Amino acid sequence: MANHYETVFIMTPVLSDEQMKETVQKFEKILTDQGAEIVHQENWGLRKLEYPIQKKSSGFYHLFEFKADGNVVGELELQFRRDERIIRFLTVTMDKYAIAFAEKRRNNRKEKAAQAEQQPVAEEVVNEESNPVEA
Amino acid sequence: MAQQNDIKYIAPVAVDIKKKKYCRFKKSGIKYIDYKDAEFLKKFVNEQGKILPRRLTGTSLKYQKKVAQAVKRARHLALLPFVTDNLKSN
Repeated sequence: MANHYETVFIMTPVLSDEQMKETVQKFEKILTDQGAEIVHQENWGLRKLEYPIQKKSSGFYHLFEFKADGNVVGELELQFRRDERIIRFLTVTMDKYAIAFAEKRRNNRKEKAAQAEQQPVAEEVVNEESNPVEA
Repeated sequence: MAQQNDIKYIAPVAVDIKKKKYCRFKKSGIKYIDYKDAEFLKKFVNEQGKILPRRLTGTSLKYQKKVAQAVKRARHLALLPFVTDNLKSN
């Protein structure tokens, strides 16, 4: 019986966008290779840390939500520890309320993204620049 | 002299009618407290980033435990500070 997990990890801000994506892909591969099913992932981008970690004051946040057996988590965390690009990580088991919440949150974010896309269309003349970014 | 002090206490002191505290999670039916939402969790910490006691927020024990857990997770992920000054003004 697979459990539902959620992992948030922070990567060093010294990475370029491409390196950051590469790192994410690496861990995505680690998960899928072990038969985990990734339900959802989110990139929060570069974010300021509330306190310095390894003398860095910001970091790239990324979130994975996945279904897997418990032993997969151990392997994932071992890889996190070995990778110097990762400065912090947290894995939590999700109970049924957490799963329901995550679903709701996903839908909210989707709606917001849709709204954000719609608005520049409405004000096309004013915000010409924001459209290509969205696409 | 002691008697005079006693009388002060016995005489009805002007007390405001206390507003009954309630658990906001029970009242609004929130079942899960998200550790990723730092802005929401800031309602449950003081300016120094310490978790506020139940006696001030009115949260029920069940949810206070969850609040504490969420705040601690948020701290680990540097979404909330462990120690600070003037958290609310930022």
